[in-house]
Amino acid sequence: MATSSVSKGCFVFKPDIKKRKISVPIEDYFNNENLESEDSKLRFETYHLLWQRMKSETEQLQEELNKNLFDNLVDFLQKSHSDFQKNSSNWGCQMKFREIPTAALILGVNVTDHDLIFKSLTETLQNNVTPYVVSLQAKDCPDVKHFLQKLTSQLMDCCVDGKSKEVKSVKTPKKTNYSMDSLSSWYMTVTQATCPKMTIKKRTTSSQWQSPPVVLILKNMESFSTKVLQDFIIISSQHLHEFPLILIFGIATSPVIIHRLLPHAVSSLLCIELFQSLSCKEHLTVILDKLLLTAQFPFKISKKALQVLTNIFLYHDFSIQNFIKGLKLSLLEHFYLQPLSVLCCDLPEAKKRIKFFSVNQCENIRRLPSFRRYVENQASRKQVTLLTNETVLKEETQLLLENLHVYHMNYFLVLRCLHNFTSCLPKYPLGRQIRELYCTCLEKNIWDSEEYASALQLLRMLAKDELMSILEKCSEVLQSSTEKHLDSTTQKVKDFLTQFQNLDADSKEEEDACGSQSKGLQKTDLYHLQKSLLEMKELRRTTKKQTKFEMLRENVVNFLDNLVRVYLLPPESQPLYEVVYFSAAHTLREHLNAAPRVALHTALNNPYYYLKNETLKSEEGCISNIAPDVCIAYKLHLECSRLINLVDWSEAFATVVTAAEKVDANSTTSEEMNEIIHARFIRAVSELELLGFIKPTKQKTDHVARLTWGGC
Amino acid sequence: MSTLQLKESKVLNVQFVGDDNVLNHIFDREGGTKLKKEKAQLLVNPQKIIKKPVCESEKNDQEVLKDQNYVEVLGRNIQDSLKNGSAVDGGNKVYSFQQRKHSEEMAKLALELAKTARKVVPLDSKADPETKKKVTRKGKGHSTSEKVQPENNNKAECLSAPPRSLRKRIIVPVSHCDSESEYSASNSEDDEEAARDDEDADVVVLSQKSRAQSRVLPAPVSKGTPLKKMKRDKASDLVEEYFEAHSSSKVLTSDRTLQKLKRAKMDQKMLRNLLSKFSPSFSAEIEQLNQQHEKLFRKWMLQLHLGFNIVLYGLGSKRDLLEKFRATMLQGSVHVVINGFFPGISVKSILNSITEDVLNHMGTFQSVLDQRDWIINKFKEDSSLELFLLIHNLDSQMLRGDNSQQILGQLSSLHNVYLIASVDHLHAPLMWDHAKQSLYNWLWYETTTYSPYTEETSYENSLLVKQSGSLPLSSLIHVLRSLTPNARGIFRLLIKFQLDNQDSPSYIGLSFQDFYQQCREAFLVNSDLTLRAQLTEFRDHKLIKTKKGTDGVEYLLIPVDSRTLADFLEKEEEEAS
Repeated sequence: MATSSVSKGCFVFKPDIKKRKISVPIEDYFNNENLESEDSKLRFETYHLLWQRMKSETEQLQEELNKNLFDNLVDFLQKSHSDFQKNSSNWGCQMKFREIPTAALILGVNVTDHDLIFKSLTETLQNNVTPYVVSLQAKDCPDVKHFLQKLTSQLMDCCVDGKSKEVKSVKTPKKTNYSMDSLSSWYMTVTQATCPKMTIKKRTTSSQWQSPPVVLILKNMESFSTKVLQDFIIISSQHLHEFPLILIFGIATSPVIIHRLLPHAVSSLLCIELFQSLSCKEHLTVILDKLLLTAQFPFKISKKALQVLTNIFLYHDFSIQNFIKGLKLSLLEHFYLQPLSVLCCDLPEAKKRIKFFSVNQCENIRRLPSFRRYVENQASRKQVTLLTNETVLKEETQLLLENLHVYHMNYFLVLRCLHNFTSCLPKYPLGRQIRELYCTCLEKNIWDSEEYASALQLLRMLAKDELMSILEKCSEVLQSSTEKHLDSTTQKVKDFLTQFQNLDADSKEEEDACGSQSKGLQKTDLYHLQKSLLEMKELRRTTKKQTKFEMLRENVVNFLDNLVRVYLLPPESQPLYEVVYFSAAHTLREHLNAAPRVALHTALNNPYYYLKNETLKSEEGCISNIAPDVCIAYKLHLECSRLINLVDWSEAFATVVTAAEKVDANSTTSEEMNEIIHARFIRAVSELELLGFIKPTKQKTDHVARLTWGGC
Repeated sequence: MSTLQLKESKVLNVQFVGDDNVLNHIFDREGGTKLKKEKAQLLVNPQKIIKKPVCESEKNDQEVLKDQNYVEVLGRNIQDSLKNGSAVDGGNKVYSFQQRKHSEEMAKLALELAKTARKVVPLDSKADPETKKKVTRKGKGHSTSEKVQPENNNKAECLSAPPRSLRKRIIVPVSHCDSESEYSASNSEDDEEAARDDEDADVVVLSQKSRAQSRVLPAPVSKGTPLKKMKRDKASDLVEEYFEAHSSSKVLTSDRTLQKLKRAKMDQKMLRNLLSKFSPSFSAEIEQLNQQHEKLFRKWMLQLHLGFNIVLYGLGSKRDLLEKFRATMLQGSVHVVINGFFPGISVKSILNSITEDVLNHMGTFQSVLDQRDWIINKFKEDSSLELFLLIHNLDSQMLRGDNSQQILGQLSSLHNVYLIASVDHLHAPLMWDHAKQSLYNWLWYETTTYSPYTEETSYENSLLVKQSGSLPLSSLIHVLRSLTPNARGIFRLLIKFQLDNQDSPSYIGLSFQDFYQQCREAFLVNSDLTLRAQLTEFRDHKLIKTKKGTDGVEYLLIPVDSRTLADFLEKEEEEAS
């Protein structure tokens, strides 16, 4: 069937029922033709399982992070509503009675994540506070009428959810008028009707709420038009006594926006309380912490890929959702591209899988650069067996995988310890966030870097209490792991701690000694003082005696340095690291952070980049005259300022093209040739128009306007 | 003025030097005393000057002079501001902002390009804005005497390294330029006007020019202000440059029009015929590119199924690629192909085809949003439903609106709706804010194909393609043939009335009552019921549109352009005779 027509633009294709049944399962698409690997299905399953685990982990994290905020919010709602219910005759309460309780929720600029937060917020509120939760978006409410309409219909829907379909009959009359009056009367009937039911159900809230409040969530408050907001607030404040409304503003920027949007007369009708959600950067830290900086998930990301992902986050959108999407894509790509990624699962499972490896897969292992390096370092006899005997290879691989696992376990513990040490240093030589530290550690031997040296120097100057608190944190970190690989280290840290505590006693004695000495210095004249000071200096230099504390501090720093050198080796040093590390950072950038304009410009400006034909090869910024028509037209159009005369353009084009043709055919220009060239020019121009480089203009006859400025 | 000059002492100031001034220089040079006579000669000439600037040697001379000035003014600058080797060459091309000069330059460039296959066009896009800036500066024409000074000032430098092609031209007039330059001063403003008016009518230009000329003679020869420093601040603000380049509405280009070219406008069909005769080059390489892209098909399917949506970008039509994808991958599944480039496409029609053809729903919806909600619910309820959406040109005129994108984004965010789309426009990504982007959940794929946008541009109202209107015409004829003679008569009446009124801008249609009257008079109908019955038929064929006027009266209008209607009448009469 054709998909081009002059009368319609949509073409629906429905295969026969029989045909439709044989749809291909997804895992079949997973088969990467370049790899010729037989276990694509297994890999897909592994991917799927791992992703599900990671996803549920992120969701759980999100929930935990939001919990605090939601608890506060629910408290606020309940409190403000119970105030309303008391209905006292107190003057102050009466004044307050006029104010709509409002929670201003500051969520940050990562608008894309807000939807999730609002979704879970709605759920929490519906479970804990009131069945009547409505959320509105600015797009749906261009004016008050639509605002009320949306509000009403959503409220009715809430009601339908709560009760059965009997309410449907109520639905019909409301279509005509939407007003606050009708809303409040509806509210009265509904609450009275549901009250007995609720008590029967013994809902926790029902005793408290004779009439549950109506919570209205305004997503992204900045985008609402001020007029609508103002009108709505004024109207609803008039009906507050019969329609208990509570507002929640979602704010992306800053709380000042409320006062900018609403004049004092309106904002004084609101009783606003601010709530701040967790900043997205902290959120990211937590996610990284739980997904990547742990041995729980076998999948790891190389330095470059991690940098791409964090850069997209930090410089483009601050969106956790997008970060997770990037993570998903890297996981997918890893499993798609790496045939050995089948081993990227939990250790026992991986060991089991190795046993069933085919010859092909074994060959794949041998081909891994890291494995080859490893083999080269073995004794020659072992080299031969590893390269020829499959069972030996499999055993060895199992061992290596276990080592890799242990390496990761230790790696993250030590990394955290190091981070504890460096994160309190002035100027943060190794970065403030653990992800920065992680990146540097992934890249190279961290102890070779200047920053590390300076960080150690700074550590050698720490005070005792700082050191102690750091050590305490470290011991916590080390103890948190269930595995026993770093037992000795943990013990050592504890020893250090006790030594520091013992120092207190020792230092007292020392102080006494100092005190006695200083006494001797009293009551001398200047000459003697100078003399004795010089003597003391001499004395210190010759003995160079460090205090116990200084020695201990030195020991701690050396110990740390030692730890780092042993455990924070870059992953490239580990055999089989390719199995778990995703390193194709460029694919991430290509697919997530594409640059279509650059691609377009390159294609037009330098066709050789795509069409590898030697005749197209040209110097920088130049173009050969046999390039595709669009490219030539584009080049010529770059010459012009804002308006381009089509005649001139076409003539220039014709000159170039005829010359190129002549080279080819040596024929004289016939009329037909000219026609064809003109047609080609027309096509090139209309293509440039489609691409958005030019547009027709009426400023001058037969001219087009250029839409780009400079060279793209 | 003084402050301005102060400012200009730092910033390069270049004034426009129009033809008249240039002429002046020349004639002056040839004999200062003969000025008046030359002026007379000038008055005779402008027509020629405007139309065929290069045909006579004398005028070639003028061109040379102009050239020289530009070279002087700009050459230096470019040498200053551009460090790369191609500065001189680039400059050569970049002066070409002037009207005729410009076309010449483009042509020249083309010629150079043409000379050898290996010959290359050095281009410096950076130099472009610079030039534009100068154009606008000239346009302002507020200062008087320093206009040409800088040019003289810089002659030396320019001569030291002139572009090869211009060397000859520069050498000729050097000696004169210095002494005469002041004359151009007060004149330039008029020139600008003249240049602008060129567009409208030559007559005006003539008078303008003569006026300008007459004023030249008594023009006060101002003392040359201190030589302007040509050094420009290289780090001049890019933003400033941009606005200066765009501050003036005047852009100078040549006045040639396509009409003067003997080549007639061709229509779509002819265009296609002609293009089919031309075999595209590099087909092997393009084929290779395509094969690379085709390898990705399976991966696309995988990623679509995993919740991503795919967007293709890059030069060249991606239609064939997507068609191939459809043919190889989607045969077993329900899919909708949407031609975004189709001028009649709308979100409404997309949603309609989903509800009617895919979901077999026959009801109607109050609004597009209702329809969207209904579809979304349907897909959420029934997870066994699967739908592939293939959208060619998601960034087309019709679909790029905020609302359309929002709706399509919401559809594509459903887990059982898979969207694969292509975008071509340079600024396509600007359609989506963060919220929409997260709805779409795009994976970007670069698929540069270099294939011509045949289908995509065929609907476009290109400047160079004649609006053939063959389609509406044939459909008109087709429909009307099936009608009764009376109905045809009625329709003809309406056409005639519309053609008679086509020039009046306030024409909104023929009111029903008037129409009825006319039909009665022509014995075409006997009651307004019969007329209404006929009209219903027309309306069903979308031949007429009815509109309620402000007074509540129904107005009838044929939504076809008047040329087609005229053609139609012509044909009808031919047949009748």
